[in-house]
Amino acid sequence: MLELKHVSKHVDGVGHIRDVSLRLESGSLNVLLGPTLSGKTTVMRLMAGLDKPTSGQVLVNGQDMTGVSVRKRDVAMVYQQFINYPALTVYENIASPLRVAGVKGAEVDKQVRKAADLMKLTPYLERTPLNLSGGQQQRTAIARALVKGAHLVLMDEPLANLDYKLREELRDELPKIFSESGAVFVYATTEPTEALLLGGRTATLHEGHISQFGDTLDVYRNPQDIITAQTFSDPPLNILGLTKKGGEFRTSNGTLIPASEEEKRLPDGHYKAGFRPHHLYLHRQSAEAVSLPAKVDVSEITGSESFVHVTCLNHRWVALEHGIHNVEVDAEIEVFVDAKNFMIFDDEGRSAASLMAVNA
Amino acid sequence: MEKTINNRAWFMVLPVLFLVAFTAVIPLMTVVNYAFQDSFGNNQFFWVGTEWFTDLLSSERFHDALVRNLIFSFSILAIEIPLGIGIALCMPKKGWGVPVCLVLMALPLLVPWNVVGTIWQVFGRADIGLLGYFLNSIGINYNYTQDPVAAWATVIVMDVWHWTSLVVLLCYAGLVSIPEAYYQAARIDGASRWAVFRFIQLPKMHSVLLIAVLLRFMDSFMIYTEPFVVTGGGPGNSTTFLSIDLVKMAIGQFDLGPAAAMSLVYFLIILLFSWVFYTVMNNAGGEKQQYAGEE
Repeated sequence: MLELKHVSKHVDGVGHIRDVSLRLESGSLNVLLGPTLSGKTTVMRLMAGLDKPTSGQVLVNGQDMTGVSVRKRDVAMVYQQFINYPALTVYENIASPLRVAGVKGAEVDKQVRKAADLMKLTPYLERTPLNLSGGQQQRTAIARALVKGAHLVLMDEPLANLDYKLREELRDELPKIFSESGAVFVYATTEPTEALLLGGRTATLHEGHISQFGDTLDVYRNPQDIITAQTFSDPPLNILGLTKKGGEFRTSNGTLIPASEEEKRLPDGHYKAGFRPHHLYLHRQSAEAVSLPAKVDVSEITGSESFVHVTCLNHRWVALEHGIHNVEVDAEIEVFVDAKNFMIFDDEGRSAASLMAVNA
Repeated sequence: MEKTINNRAWFMVLPVLFLVAFTAVIPLMTVVNYAFQDSFGNNQFFWVGTEWFTDLLSSERFHDALVRNLIFSFSILAIEIPLGIGIALCMPKKGWGVPVCLVLMALPLLVPWNVVGTIWQVFGRADIGLLGYFLNSIGINYNYTQDPVAAWATVIVMDVWHWTSLVVLLCYAGLVSIPEAYYQAARIDGASRWAVFRFIQLPKMHSVLLIAVLLRFMDSFMIYTEPFVVTGGGPGNSTTFLSIDLVKMAIGQFDLGPAAAMSLVYFLIILLFSWVFYTVMNNAGGEKQQYAGEE
């Protein structure tokens, strides 16, 4: 188990990580999700012990490890770049953590071959990393982490430099392989889709602060605040400004949207509705859907999906529709939204659900 | 589709052809021409066949100069390469120290050869030179004009002073190109300082080291100006390297034929050694460590 308690990290007086508290269980898969520069790598370095936090504590199995050198910790890490010993063969690369640990003879061979087999590296054991493809190089790095049998396994965007197909393959395998080892498994990514595919638990990171931590699907469906919802949305979350009065929300052009029973209990005032791109429709899907006027900015077709960027009531939105929809740029069209897909946030970005939990 | 062939394109190549002809091919052919003839005054030439070559290859004077040159080159490689790597490893990777170190390192490289020679010639003099005077005053008998060992030491130290910087700069360039993540990964692995050097830094410096060794070998094998200024090839013939010998022969004695033959042999020796270094080091870099499962 790894626990961060109110960990902050300042570099030259600038706060990179602000008050991060996390509790990661052994044998769990944890995703650190956040855009570039959100502090994922810094958090990982703090977890590993490569850096010392400015304040706060890092506990491993309840024992305070803050400031203990990384050499004395039980950590394995895989990077976005493919890091292997350039002059050693794949075999020796995988064996290197065992040799440092002083494992002897036949046991080394057994473990190396087992890891190589899992990572499908057996045919390449005698090659040096530079004579391998990117995917095989990264597999070597992962096999090294695997063979170490570390208590904490950190993966910093390990698949970002791989092509699409390899990425899918490895993404399936990684959680399975490491969940068996009983390690605390931490996986940093910038891609919401990757977090959803990995499952497990997700911590969304925004400007060096954990905005939410919980089961991946739960964080995705019930974000506590608008920042979490935005971090966990790709393409970006659509946002609609609303004014609540009585049992209704009103848009800036006067369109009325009825509030749900729960939302009716919210005090009157300004709100923001967040909804995902696949919930912005170009055609009416249900009787309750509300029509809004919009102008098309850009229309992109990726084969099986169409992304239509529109401006609607001074908001820039993206609609994601299946199939091919040719929409002319600059055309004035009608778009449809359904209040049942709305995530309601107050002016400060707190979700309606979390507000009501506080009021209750 | 047919490939378009336009013969007029050859005209575009002509300027370069002329340039290369005048700077390289014609002088080289002149040398080849001399190497097979004997010349007297009045532009009279007589064909002598391979006589100059057989003379040269059996000449003790040539053998001695060649051996001296080889000893010199290998000595300075043995000193400059490890020293250069060592200094590069000690140089800071970031901060204000980087430009300071780089400028300090680049300074010797900016000094012209004959100036370096003059500096050390004066520096080493037993009567007025700082180094020479100091060494003699602490009881070391140092006089490079009389003692061959002192002359050799001076020439080698001078070359190390002048050219280690080049090795340092090349190695440093190799070192800073190693991503930080390698060092991090090594720390996480618990690798020792030596392991980091042996398994990360050295392999990553391999290609720049190859260049450093080749450059330093070729250059030291052709060394002329500095020992010429400091020792003039002496005392006796003790620091007469191939190039000094060659100049003595060609200009001092005006033996154009033997000198031309020597130039060609000299050139081929450098080519041969450079090729050997290149091949050996390239193979060493691609060497696989195969102790898989043998323990």
